Amino acid sequence: MDLRPKRYVDTVVLSPVGRIDHATSEDFKIALAPYMTRCAEGQDRVVLDFAGVEYISSVGLRVLMLASKQAKAQRGSLGIAALQPAVREIFDISRFTMVLDVFPSVREGLARLSPKALATFDAA
Amino acid sequence: MPPDGRLTVKFWGTRGSIPVAMTSAEVRRKLIAALTRASGRKLETPEQAAAFLDRELDFAGSRTFGGNSSCVEIVTDRRDYVLCDLGSGARVFGNEVLGTRDASGQRFHAFMSHPHWDHIMGFPFFMPAYQAGNHIKIYGCHADLEEAFRGQHAAPCFPVDFSRLSATIEFVRLEPDREYEIAGLRVRPKLQRHGGDSYGYRFQAGDKVVVYSTDAEHKQDDLTEIKAFAEFFRDADLVIFDSQYSLAEATSIKEDWGHSSNVVGLELCQMAHAKRLCLYHHEPVSDDERIAALLAETRRLEEITRTDRRVEILAAYDGMEIAL
Repeated sequence: MDLRPKRYVDTVVLSPVGRIDHATSEDFKIALAPYMTRCAEGQDRVVLDFAGVEYISSVGLRVLMLASKQAKAQRGSLGIAALQPAVREIFDISRFTMVLDVFPSVREGLARLSPKALATFDAA
Repeated sequence: MPPDGRLTVKFWGTRGSIPVAMTSAEVRRKLIAALTRASGRKLETPEQAAAFLDRELDFAGSRTFGGNSSCVEIVTDRRDYVLCDLGSGARVFGNEVLGTRDASGQRFHAFMSHPHWDHIMGFPFFMPAYQAGNHIKIYGCHADLEEAFRGQHAAPCFPVDFSRLSATIEFVRLEPDREYEIAGLRVRPKLQRHGGDSYGYRFQAGDKVVVYSTDAEHKQDDLTEIKAFAEFFRDADLVIFDSQYSLAEATSIKEDWGHSSNVVGLELCQMAHAKRLCLYHHEPVSDDERIAALLAETRRLEEITRTDRRVEILAAYDGMEIAL
């Protein structure tokens, strides 16, 4: 899965597209892994831009939960941004909005995670 | 009893982990809300009051999901009683039996998911067990099932020892993934992920299928397991499913606690083309409003994730009956 990474100073924005379900979650997990390895204190922050994700099932949410746990263990920062309305409902119903850092937009995610990255994002 | 080939499912206990009861404050809060809503209405007869409750108030406003622990009855066209689990709901069921049939001469078949306390605690208060002439067969896949039942009757836990129960009580060991013919039903147990193991049961009579699957955790990234459960639920008319936790809880702080979520239950039913998903084994902390919200959210999730077939979503409550 191509996550189309874009770097803004110390923050990497990843943009998966399509459905994250039993057919694609393993690819998503594998694609995400190297970025999560570097999602640690003093290294990168990661924002997942979900604007292109039209559906996520429980197995996809589990990938996000494991990524979040890894980030916390490494004292890194992971945010998920720009959920489509249906995906936002899935996050709400599964209570993932209560355990993950979810932002209305990539810009708002960057504002919380890294002001330096936000400045670069705004200038781009 | 339903005619040949039909099944009715009756819920006697629907709460997970431990029985709960509404508090005085909760009853009062519901009454205040209902009376306020009824202000100015003409409610002079029980019929008018009942009609007001049915038309104007939602389930949580006029009733309660109840608080007895796991016990579900499957009513077939036979005279024998068929139960899943003997939690505190079995006490209410037993009293109903005594009130509607002869106290003696009854036959009961109880299929046990596992011997955790909330699933066996109704048996010491199951009055038909104290009546000679009744025959109770307790089925399960655990080697220590009989020991668990005898243990909860023993001192210092309970004053009446198991040996003093007058009914004929038999324990029957089943093997998972084998099909049995019992009490007019084809029955197949399946191993489930839970502390000390639990077992789900797929019941079939004619073309009607009921799956009882409680106290089961599902690891979404174990595709082999997910496919096996989808097959176990395949084309079921009703899947009774442990939805005690939210998906977020089940994959984080309560991971490996042995329970599942509404989200996973719906996904499995969608994969299996099951007709109905019944949310069951409700979290004891949840009040009626919380369970009603869980039901509404699950119905909404079904709407936004529906592909070709609709899954009807229900939330079990003590006293609920579903005719299939």
